[in-house]
Amino acid sequence: MSMAGLSLKQAPPISVPFRFFLSAPLFLLLAALALLAAGPAALESRWSQPLLGITHLLTLGFMSMVMSGAALQLLPVLAGAQVPQPRLMAWAIHLPLLAGTLLLCGGLYFSTAILVTLAIPLLALAFAVFLTIAIYNLARAPARNASTHAMLLALAALSLTVGLGLLLAAGITGMLKLSMLPLVVLHVGWGLIGWTTLLVIGVAYQVVPMFQLTQPYPSIVTRWLGSTLFVLMLVWSCHLLLPEPAASRLAIAAACGLAACLATFAVITLRLQQKRRRKVPDIVMQFWRVGLASLLTAAILWLAGQVSTTLANSTFYALALGMLFIIGFVLSVIQGMLYKITSFLIWFHLQGKLPPGKAPHMKDIITDRTARWHWRIHLASLPLCLASAMWPMPWIYAAGCALLLGGILLLTNLYRAWNIYLRAGAKAQGVPV
Amino acid sequence: MQTITDYLSAEHRHCDDMFAEAEAAAAKNDLAAAQAGFTAFHKGMEHHLSKEETIMFPAFEQASGSSMGPTSVMRMEHEQMRELFAEMQAALAAKDTHTYAGLSETLLVLMQQHNFKEEQMLYQMADRTLGDREDIVRQMEALP
Ligand code: HEM
Repeated sequence: MSMAGLSLKQAPPISVPFRFFLSAPLFLLLAALALLAAGPAALESRWSQPLLGITHLLTLGFMSMVMSGAALQLLPVLAGAQVPQPRLMAWAIHLPLLAGTLLLCGGLYFSTAILVTLAIPLLALAFAVFLTIAIYNLARAPARNASTHAMLLALAALSLTVGLGLLLAAGITGMLKLSMLPLVVLHVGWGLIGWTTLLVIGVAYQVVPMFQLTQPYPSIVTRWLGSTLFVLMLVWSCHLLLPEPAASRLAIAAACGLAACLATFAVITLRLQQKRRRKVPDIVMQFWRVGLASLLTAAILWLAGQVSTTLANSTFYALALGMLFIIGFVLSVIQGMLYKITSFLIWFHLQGKLPPGKAPHMKDIITDRTARWHWRIHLASLPLCLASAMWPMPWIYAAGCALLLGGILLLTNLYRAWNIYLRAGAKAQGVPV
Repeated sequence: MQTITDYLSAEHRHCDDMFAEAEAAAAKNDLAAAQAGFTAFHKGMEHHLSKEETIMFPAFEQASGSSMGPTSVMRMEHEQMRELFAEMQAALAAKDTHTYAGLSETLLVLMQQHNFKEEQMLYQMADRTLGDREDIVRQMEALP
């Protein structure tokens, strides 16, 4: 690794990550509205068309959106070098991701094949650009540690997820003749456990000790957990190639191993946080704790499904697992981190523009009070979601309203923060700095 | 044999502890303890920063033949931290624990991302490039 190229100062323009951060909450709102509009029919089965649309509003519109913005911000720090043309790259990812997600979700929600067809090239473009940049920069990162290792595995899983997703989309439109079910099973597994969980694990290895001042993760965990999860995912995937009953046996064994990995990660992180050295109340950590508790619950439910076929075949089981995982785990963690990263970046960019001491600090940019209200509403939405998985009527309306309110709070908090940046920035132009 | 990475990373952890104590005291509105904690933290940080700025960075710059590389960014971030130290001290003097909490949060993120870059990249490079790293550690240890 030559030193010449290592600048350590690579923050891209603030508009690069923020276009993603400010678009993402709109998809949460859209998801909540779509749920309310579809009503109980959305939860008739995990395969209902409206639900597939809503799921991708969350996974592509929210999760992938935030992840892309955060990656463009953080990869240069990890890689020790600028991403070339950050603005252009941001355009090339953001716009097709935004449009492609709207089209795909519209197509799934309304069962309109033409929309899905249009979405395919857009999503393919967005992810091709994103994956190229991310893998290239991570692979040459001078900081080689468990974190970057887990993130690389996560990116491999994302490539697989997206590839399978595009195949499925082509299958829906009739472009390709496919046997859909095994591909969906792989797509969901690699998307939620491969990509999402590995990414959160890789991020947690760094940010939990850093910002909550906990002990580092035990080295046996950082050394083995990510790779074990990835290998178990490969093993689990093989069950689709086997005849029964070997297939079921392998699937059950691998699922038990995977669930144990997820539970281990959740429990260890919760323990670390419990013994943290930073003693002040921290709303971002509360989001993490809700997320980890949901992950643990999901892992236990998943294990229970391996034992009881009655449970595993119930509609409640599939819906509750998806909700616990996506809304309980992923949304909690991402929303918490979003608050931290957006308020820090606004401070960071303003302190460069304003005279010393004039930049608002992080808690003036996003106040604890509004973040805590959002956290409460988000927490309340989880039991409502689970109730709606059991009794769609009338709980889906309560769950939908709670999700809508949570989305509105996230949106207003982030837009208010952005407004602080714009106003202070405008003022700075008149001031000699 | 102690490496530069081990030596300076341990100082980061030690400063983190003092940081957390000051922050916790301020959150409880215990101004006397917050001031005592902040003073200890501030002193520890300044000592650590000056070890880098007067001993380790110059040695590294000389070895790499450039003062425009990674160390210049690290020096700039040190200045950003110093601005926050000053604001935090002013908040304590004004008995404004809310502002202190916000500044403290901001400093933590700035400081941790800075430490990350030092520990994961700069220190390790220094260990690899500086011939007599034990001597560098000894000099830093001797800095009053
Ligand atoms: C280019 C991106 C993607 C495309 C084109 C895509 C496409 C699809 C399609 C067409 C289906 C439905 C198949 C059917 O009708 O049975 C599906 C299912 C699903 N996808 Fe995606 N997907 C993408 C990305 C993702 C990502 C990143 C995730 C999650 C992290 C995800 C999670 C899911 C889930 C959870 C389901 C199935 C729901 C269930 O099993 O009930 N997708 N995807």
